Amino acid sequence: MSNRVLMKGNEAFAEAAVQAGCKYFFGYPITPQNEIPEYMSKRLPEVGGVYLQAESEVAGINMIFGAAGTGFRTLISSSSPGISLMSEGISYIAAAELPCVIINVMRGGPGLGGILPAQSDYFQATKGGGHGDYRLLVLAPGSLQEATEFIMMAFDLTEFYRNPVMILTDGFMGQMMEAVEFKKVKLGYDIPDVKEWAVGYMAERGKRTLLKSLSLDPEVLEQHNQKLQKKYRLMEEKEVRFESANVDDAEIVIAAYGTTARIAKSAVKKLRDQGIKAGIIRPQSLYPFPYKPFSELPESVKHVLVVEMSCGQMVEDVELGVSRKVPVSFYGRCGGMAPSVEEIEQAAKKALG
Amino acid sequence: MSFYREMIAAGFGGQGIMLLGQIVAHAAMNEGKNVMWIPSYGPEMRGGTANCSVIVSDGEIASPLVSFPDVLVIMNQPSLTKFVNRLKEGGTLIYNADLVTYDNPRDDINIVKVNANSIALELGNERVANIAVLGVLAEVTDMASADALKETVQEILGAKKAHLLEINMKAFEKGQEVGKQYVAQA
Amino acid sequence: MPEVKIFERPKCMTDVSTHYCPGCTHGIVHRLVAEAIDEFGIQEKTVGVAPVGCAVLMYNYINTDMYEAAHGRAPAVATGCKRVRPDLTVFTYQGDGDLASIGVAEIVHAANRGENITVIFINNAIYGMTGGQMAPTTLLKQKTTTCPYGRDPKVNGYPIRIAEMLATLEAPGYIARVTVARPKYVIKAKEAIKKAFQTQIEEKGFSLVEVLSTCPTNWGMRPAEALKWLEENMIPYYPLGEFKLPD
Repeated sequence: MSNRVLMKGNEAFAEAAVQAGCKYFFGYPITPQNEIPEYMSKRLPEVGGVYLQAESEVAGINMIFGAAGTGFRTLISSSSPGISLMSEGISYIAAAELPCVIINVMRGGPGLGGILPAQSDYFQATKGGGHGDYRLLVLAPGSLQEATEFIMMAFDLTEFYRNPVMILTDGFMGQMMEAVEFKKVKLGYDIPDVKEWAVGYMAERGKRTLLKSLSLDPEVLEQHNQKLQKKYRLMEEKEVRFESANVDDAEIVIAAYGTTARIAKSAVKKLRDQGIKAGIIRPQSLYPFPYKPFSELPESVKHVLVVEMSCGQMVEDVELGVSRKVPVSFYGRCGGMAPSVEEIEQAAKKALG
Repeated sequence: MSFYREMIAAGFGGQGIMLLGQIVAHAAMNEGKNVMWIPSYGPEMRGGTANCSVIVSDGEIASPLVSFPDVLVIMNQPSLTKFVNRLKEGGTLIYNADLVTYDNPRDDINIVKVNANSIALELGNERVANIAVLGVLAEVTDMASADALKETVQEILGAKKAHLLEINMKAFEKGQEVGKQYVAQA
Repeated sequence: MPEVKIFERPKCMTDVSTHYCPGCTHGIVHRLVAEAIDEFGIQEKTVGVAPVGCAVLMYNYINTDMYEAAHGRAPAVATGCKRVRPDLTVFTYQGDGDLASIGVAEIVHAANRGENITVIFINNAIYGMTGGQMAPTTLLKQKTTTCPYGRDPKVNGYPIRIAEMLATLEAPGYIARVTVARPKYVIKAKEAIKKAFQTQIEEKGFSLVEVLSTCPTNWGMRPAEALKWLEENMIPYYPLGEFKLPD
C-alpha cells in the first residue's frame, strides 16, 4: 500500500519506461499524450538519459530507428494522427528487426479528428499501419497499474522478438489518475546480447552490422519475410493475453478492451444484478489476438456483444474467433464519445431479444 | 455493499477544480482506498467550464465514467445547470453560493451552501476558495476523512508552495466550520 | 631512399565493384570518405547512414556499421544514434532528392540543433536512381524527364543552395561546397571531408560537405562531357568554398 503513488496515466506510462531502464525518448507534442514528453524531458536527465523533441513525428520515429540501433532501450509516444505519420518508420524498424516501444494514446479520427478518447486505431495497430507484411505486438492495458506492468514487460518483449511493441491506449487512460505501484516486471526470456547486432560493437564482434530493410533480390526478401512471419507465429503461440470473468455460465459475453472494457465490466455487474447472466472477455494483447476464448465459448452463450470506442474494428477479430457459432453484434460510440454503462446494458438486453 | 463513491467537481477553469478533485483522490488513496480521477480535457479547459470526476472504492474501480455522482461540487452557474439533475437521489451538492444561485432546488438531495469566495477574500487570497470548499466536503461527505484531506493539502503545498500553507489551512478550517454547521442543523 | 607508397583500396572499403554507372562520381566520394575514416583510425567506431537514392547501397562499399534509412530521414537516424552513443562517429551520405527535397525538415533541424554528425551531400542536379527526374537542385533551363522543356522558375522555383542556406544557421560547425570534377578539386574535396569529420571528432557540432557531382547517364552525356558541364554550369550557380568554419 505504502508504495502506491497517485499518478496521471501519461506520467505513469513514462515512469514505467524509465523504471524498465529506458533512457532515450524522442517525441513530438500532440494531445492527449503531452504529459509523456513533458515528463520525460524532466525525468530523463536525472537518469543520465536523453530527451529530444523531434521536428516532427516523422523525424521522431526515425530518431528511434537510430537510437534503437544502438541496442539501448527507447520509447516514443504519440496520438493517432502522429502514429499515422510514424507508420513508415515503424515499418522500417520492424523490417530491420529493431526493438522499441511505441505508445499510442488514441484520439478520435479520421483526419485531424478530435482530441478526445477513441479506439479507432485498432486496425492500424493490429493489421498494419505501414506498408509490407509486418506486425506489431500490441498490448492494451485496462488500468494504469496494468499499463505500468505492460510497459515494463514490453521492453523485454521488444528485445526478445526484436520487433516493435505498441501500447495501445486512449485519452481516458492517458489523462486519468489512479494509484500505481511500480513493480519490477521481468519476463525471464533469454534475450540475446545486443552486441550481436547493434552498432558500435564492430571491434567486439569482429565484423560490422547492417541495420537495413532493403533487399533487392526477391528471393532474399521472401526469406526475410518468412523469418519475420516465424516470429509472428511464435508471438501467436506465446504472447496471447486476455482476462475473462463470469463467462462459464454466461448467456451473453461482452468483448471489449482498454477503457471500454472497464465500462463494460460495470455493465456486466449491473446485468448480473438484474439476473441476466453476462460475462466479459477482455483482450489484453490485440496482436496476437486471443481467438481461443471466443472459439471455445461455453454452450450457455447465446450472443457475443462487442463494444468499442470506434465504428467497429475489433469486432472483426471477435467474429473470426466465434466463427458464426453464435451471433455477434456490435455497439460503439466514436469521435470522442464513450459508451455509457447504461447504453451497454441496453445493447446487451437488445442482443438477447 | 462495499464502499463506492463517485464525485463530480465543476467550475470555471482556474478555480482549482482539478486540484480539488486530485486532493480528494490522493487523500482517499492514503487511506488505503482504490481511487480514480479523470479530468474533462479539451477546449473547454480554457475559460469555459472544467470538471473532473473522482471515484473512491474499497473494491475494483471498473468504469471510469461518472454518470450519476454521489457528490457534486459546483463552483459556477453553468456547471450547476449542467450537472445538478445527474446527482443521485440522496446525494450531496456543495455549491459556491458567491457565484451560484440555485432556485427551485431539488428536495431529494442534501444541499450545502458555502460562500467560498468570501471566505477566501477575507483570508486575503481568492485563490484558496477551492480549499474552503474542500473543508466543507471533509465534513459533509465520506469521500475521505478530514485528517487525510488536510494532510494531503499539506503534502501537496509543502512541496512547492510552503508559504501558502497557512492560508490554505485556514481556508480548510473555515470550510470545515461551514460543513459542521450544516451537519449540526441537518 | 624515397618512401614507397602503394596505391591501395582504403581499409574500410569493401572489395566489391560498385553498381554506379560509368563516369558517376559517387565512387570518388565514397573513396574520400573511406580514406578520411581510415586516416582518423575510427573504422570500428564509425556508423554510416545510407539514404534512399543511388547511394542506398553505400553499405555494400563502406565497411563500417551501417544503417539504411528511409527516404530523407538519414539525419534523424543519425541523430538518434549519436545522442545515445556520442562516442561513435556518425555520418550520413545523401543525394539531392533525399536531402534537399523529401528530407529538408530533417537536415535543417539536425543542422539547427548543431547535431554532432557529418553529412556528405551529393548534389548532381537530378534524381539518379529513379531515372533522371527533376531535383530541387536542377538548374534553370536544365531538362529532365519531369521538366522536359527545361526547369522553369515560374513552375518549379529556383535551384536550392543548401550549403548557403544551412550556413545562415547559428549552430553548424562546418559547411563547405566542393566538387570532384578534376583532380585539383578532388584534393580540396578530401580536405573538406576530413575537416568535416574533424569537426565532429572535436565535438564542434554539425558538419556538412556538399559535393557537386555528375550523373552522365541521366544528364545524357559522356563522362568527360559531364565533368565539363558541371564546371561550366554548376560551379557558377553553386560556388565552391567554405561557408562556415568551427570557432
